[in-house]
Amino acid sequence: MTTLDILLNVLVSGVLFGSIYAVVALGLAITFGILHIPNIAHPALVIMGGYFVVQANRFGIDPLIAATLGIVPFYLLGMLLYTFYANTFERRGRAEVLQSLTLFFGLSLVIEIFLVLVFGSELQSVSAPYIGTSLKLGQITIPGRLLVPALLGPVTIGLLWLYFKYTNSGTAIRAVAHDERALSIAGLDPAAVKRRAFGLATATAVIGGAALVLIGPIDPFGGRFQIGRVFAIVVLAGMGSIPGTLVVAIMLGIAESLVSSYLNPAWSPGVAFAILLAALALRPQGLFGAAR
Amino acid sequence: MSSPVLSMHGVEKSFGLFRALGPVDLDLMPQERLGIIGPNGAGKTTLINCITGVLKPDSGSVEFEGADITAQPSFKRARLGISRTFQIPQPFRGMTVTENLLVPLDYLHGTTNKHRRAAEVLDSVGLSARAAHPSEDLSQLELRKLELARALVGNPKVLIADEAMAGLSEAEIDEVLAILMRLNQQGVAVIMIEHIMHAVMRFSQRIVCFEMGQLIASGTAEEVTRDPKVQKVYFGEQAHH
Amino acid sequence: MTRNSKIFLAAALAVLLVGLLAPHVLKNPFYFFAGYVILQYVVIATGWNILGGYAGYINFGAAGFFGAGAYASAFLFNTFDIPLWGGLVAACLIGALLGVLMGYLTLRIQGVYFAIATLGLVIILETIIHNIPALGGARGIVVYGPPPPAWAAGPSQYMFFLMLLIAVASVSLARWMQISWVGRGLRAVRASENAAECSGVPTLRLKLLACAASGAVLAAAGAPYPFYTSFVEPVTVFSLLIGLNAIAMPLIGGTRTWLGPVIGALLLASTQQIATITISSELNILFVGIVLIAFVALAPNGILGLVARRSRETPR
Repeated sequence: MTTLDILLNVLVSGVLFGSIYAVVALGLAITFGILHIPNIAHPALVIMGGYFVVQANRFGIDPLIAATLGIVPFYLLGMLLYTFYANTFERRGRAEVLQSLTLFFGLSLVIEIFLVLVFGSELQSVSAPYIGTSLKLGQITIPGRLLVPALLGPVTIGLLWLYFKYTNSGTAIRAVAHDERALSIAGLDPAAVKRRAFGLATATAVIGGAALVLIGPIDPFGGRFQIGRVFAIVVLAGMGSIPGTLVVAIMLGIAESLVSSYLNPAWSPGVAFAILLAALALRPQGLFGAAR
Repeated sequence: MSSPVLSMHGVEKSFGLFRALGPVDLDLMPQERLGIIGPNGAGKTTLINCITGVLKPDSGSVEFEGADITAQPSFKRARLGISRTFQIPQPFRGMTVTENLLVPLDYLHGTTNKHRRAAEVLDSVGLSARAAHPSEDLSQLELRKLELARALVGNPKVLIADEAMAGLSEAEIDEVLAILMRLNQQGVAVIMIEHIMHAVMRFSQRIVCFEMGQLIASGTAEEVTRDPKVQKVYFGEQAHH
Repeated sequence: MTRNSKIFLAAALAVLLVGLLAPHVLKNPFYFFAGYVILQYVVIATGWNILGGYAGYINFGAAGFFGAGAYASAFLFNTFDIPLWGGLVAACLIGALLGVLMGYLTLRIQGVYFAIATLGLVIILETIIHNIPALGGARGIVVYGPPPPAWAAGPSQYMFFLMLLIAVASVSLARWMQISWVGRGLRAVRASENAAECSGVPTLRLKLLACAASGAVLAAAGAPYPFYTSFVEPVTVFSLLIGLNAIAMPLIGGTRTWLGPVIGALLLASTQQIATITISSELNILFVGIVLIAFVALAPNGILGLVARRSRETPR
């Protein structure tokens, strides 16, 4: 292969990984970006989604169908989590950053250990007909185990974007971020809107989980490595911008792919945080200028 | 004639394309009582922020007792003797009323008996009974008094009272005015920014009026109220409502 | 010196004396082996609270400082034969330096962003260590420490006493910072940065000081670690559990005073020691997680907050 071919392969895999990161970060773009709830348990929820898909796959259900089946239970789980969060903080008047971060930190540990206790700490994987296959385009090889989950990115984000843009309940979610009072004047209960948004965010976790488990086996602690990446994406995308999430995730995927191919794979986990730190230091309000 | 304690020369401040202030020239004489009036958004708060160092002016200079302090950070200006209260009281939550006063006493300059000085100031503003209470338990009037006490505990030379009477009853306004007047008699120059007209008129020796970042009038209370430009700002505004 | 300070000093000396005499009473070295870990967490919780509790800046990256301290002392000993006390001093300096770097972040970012940035600090440090062959990369480094001095009953007892010294020193520092002008200034910064600055508080300098002190104490907690386990590897010294405990312990005890983190660390770390031995390390983490959620939801001001409320509610 020529150097150009290698570069092309690197870029393509960067785009694919980036699309997958976007699905994983999507839930946080809603909870943190729109609702301003620092849900650092989201990556753990994504892993939990992955386990859901693995279990369904044991019964011969295709991972993609399993993820679709998981949307409703995860939506309900998210509503439940929000209710707990709201009862703990919003009634108290103001949610202190330390307290809410700590709450979700604790929650992510509980989720991880729950998975360890029920399913053990060994790696879990799924099987699907397209996992072993690959698509060849000239010198570029696209493995099915990357292509299928990567397609979940644009599809999920597209659907969500349409929902936010063209439905009343989607508009209400965007409105709740800006002006709660206007919403209650319009006869909507802000708490109910937020609960729905949190449910939606959690529902995306099962899709993100499916994407991760299609790439390769997962273990209960896999979410930890995603925390930096997903926050970097959400912050850089400009807090709550859904299409921005996809764009930034792909940029990050390419950056990581370049670093791991041309420098050393061992450096790539630091890439997201290095970019995030640099961005925060230079433009604390995010690339697209939302307030802190 | 003595020289000004605080003077501003050609001070300007913009936020993006919006010019919030200036250019402004303004002097404050020692022991003067200066009132600043003007509608919301006229640049009054930007002016104070440039004096106290919260904002750096884009051009122009701020001098204190003849020395250029334009580049000095807020805490250094506070140590020189420029003190302020906040429009929305900002007590140090989680601390008692006395502890709130100990902060400036700790950091301004070597006060030998901090607790005695704190007690003295609390007494002078009528907060002695609340000395040991957490600052979050205070009423609106008490919060205003705490703001004042904290601003004057370090013996400032200039005190800027930023809407120190907002939300208070007539009797309470009189109480705050008496505190400021007493302080002024002890030698402190006071800048009062206020929307409560009768209070600022009664208190100030000189009043300046701001509109759209510009100083449009200056003089005694009577002169300023009669100024057609000021009348246009205030009564013109009312005519629209 | 005030009466309280005299009591504190007497108590500190008494604790040290008990620590020195304990090996003559308790013969089983295991107590000291476990006690070391508990004390280590007293230091970590105390160090974290200087910035997190007093100034309100949440540091998720305690493990980064701990790991930096551990690697500093291990590297200096293995490469230059610098003894542990030298490594300890170096660790404090590195921790303070990292703290100051982190402190400059507070200039630009606050709240959640600051917390996430500190989490990034750990990942970046861990990635760097992974990629430096001289520090053993992912495999880690073995440290063959010298035998303990003759007066010590054994290596565990010696390490225990050393950690006790560090703990007493750290708690004294935290207490001094709390009751002095430093603590008052930090609490003012926490309440309102603007009002503090206008009261003459040099807010940036003070925050940098708190970051440096916090970083130095956290790194000091890590410095003896290679000598305690004879081995350092990135996964254990940069472990999330350290970062979690650093937050959980002060939160459980109470973040407002120096005593809160001490109580929280003693309670939580002893429970964890018992849990690790009797049940499993997974249940240990589960336990911390649940306790943490319970405290955030039910007693946000920690045990000391509960006690204070009790004493206020009981009629005099």
